[in-house]
Amino acid sequence: MRNLVLGGVLVGLVVLAAVLSFFWTPFDPVKVDAAHRLLGFGGSNLFGTDKFGRDLLSQLMVGARTTLYVGVVAVGIAAVIGTLLGILAGMSPRWLGEFVMRVNDLVLAFPALLLAIMFGAVFGADTLTAMVAIGIATIPSFARIARSGTLQVMSTEFVLAARAGGRSRLTIAARHVLPNISGLLIVQASVSFAIAVLAEAALSFLGFGTRPPTPSWGRMLQESQELLTVQPRLALVPGIAIAVAVLGFNLLGDGLRDRLDPRLAAKV
Amino acid sequence: MTLSVRGLSVSSLVRDVSFEIGAGERLGLIGESGSGKSLTALSIMGLLPEELHASGSVSVNGRELLGMSEKDLSRLRGDELAMVFQEPMTALNPAMRVGRQVTEPGRIHGRRRSAEELLSSVGLDGTARAYPHQLSGGQRQRVVLAMALANEPSLLVCDEPTTALDVTVQAQILTLIKRELSRESSLLFITHDLAVVASVCERVLVMLDGEIVEAGSTREVLTSPKHEYTRKLLDASDLEARR
Repeated sequence: MRNLVLGGVLVGLVVLAAVLSFFWTPFDPVKVDAAHRLLGFGGSNLFGTDKFGRDLLSQLMVGARTTLYVGVVAVGIAAVIGTLLGILAGMSPRWLGEFVMRVNDLVLAFPALLLAIMFGAVFGADTLTAMVAIGIATIPSFARIARSGTLQVMSTEFVLAARAGGRSRLTIAARHVLPNISGLLIVQASVSFAIAVLAEAALSFLGFGTRPPTPSWGRMLQESQELLTVQPRLALVPGIAIAVAVLGFNLLGDGLRDRLDPRLAAKV
Repeated sequence: MTLSVRGLSVSSLVRDVSFEIGAGERLGLIGESGSGKSLTALSIMGLLPEELHASGSVSVNGRELLGMSEKDLSRLRGDELAMVFQEPMTALNPAMRVGRQVTEPGRIHGRRRSAEELLSSVGLDGTARAYPHQLSGGQRQRVVLAMALANEPSLLVCDEPTTALDVTVQAQILTLIKRELSRESSLLFITHDLAVVASVCERVLVMLDGEIVEAGSTREVLTSPKHEYTRKLLDASDLEARR
């Protein structure tokens, strides 16, 4: 319960910053202002400014947008395709299910960042390719979870009863399997979200993610490198933001798992 | 003949089982756990696990069911064939409202009866919006029964429907089955409770290690058993007083 609340608050903070940034930011996040370069904490700019005089807080708020955008699309792609594959594998004859899962293992074994960098090299590095690559790399974990959940549900008596009642496979998948594995999928989604956030930051840091001047936490980190010894603040601010978002989604996942775990629910 | 089973074998677990059920007849199938009763029932419904294979012949109203495609089978299941399972706690989808579950067989086979109507036929008025976990075991079994009877099947297979219930609730369920199953419908009732067989069935089969060892009218089998195993079963039960 504590995890759920704390995770909710941290995630809420990121979402709030992103939503707010559409209507208001303290300063223009991309406006270069040579007169106010490298201002420290406090002062007129709460988190100070970077080497071009851009306001860090404003960049952070708009960067939250990129982070969430990438997370939602990547997890969305993975959840839809992965869940479909998993349910399909769980409901089809054993040999076919095994085949799908072994292919799935192949994809799982492929490093996600490498895939994203490859995509960036082939299709041009920007936010969209990063999202799609992270999404594809996340499909296997959803497929696994969905399949194991499906196998579990398919062995229950109510599925047998549903078949005895003449229900088609499609009906059973949509009405009986999906609702009963949704808890697992929600938890997986929040954990995958955390991983996607981290991956986007890493890609932007490496220059394969969001292109300038669109603010992104990973790129803020990258730009802070050369001044790390004199201005650690520049790395600290986006670093903490990434940590908060990742921690938030992980805690949310843990909390939801405790809430939605069927074994725990059965005791109630 | 509503149901005719000829030389049914499932791997080596069920061997050469043959019997018939006429229209409106109530047939009991008794035997200990692991004797192949449930496998017999599942082969009739075409619901055997993937790794098991049935051979022989099962026909309902003259149509051969073994080897029928899953699609054709699902057209019969829930319509002409229906089944009630042993464990009411797990036979309902925990994530779906009772009313929706109970009307599903009707929706699939194009006969719409309201959830209220179906549920009140088993004495569960006003529970349509409840989830299964809000109902007791007996209530859930009545929901399962309402689902099975929704389309007035010509054959109802009950696989130990009262085993998981306490005695008073058992009696309610049995009364419901006797009252709600239409006169023309046949019943295959699987149990290991001889008292239940005596109260529901006209004819009874005794199964041991995958084979039918005795068959006859309920009165005959329960009063003058011919096979040694049936005698043991009777001795082990508390049916003495009611004989």
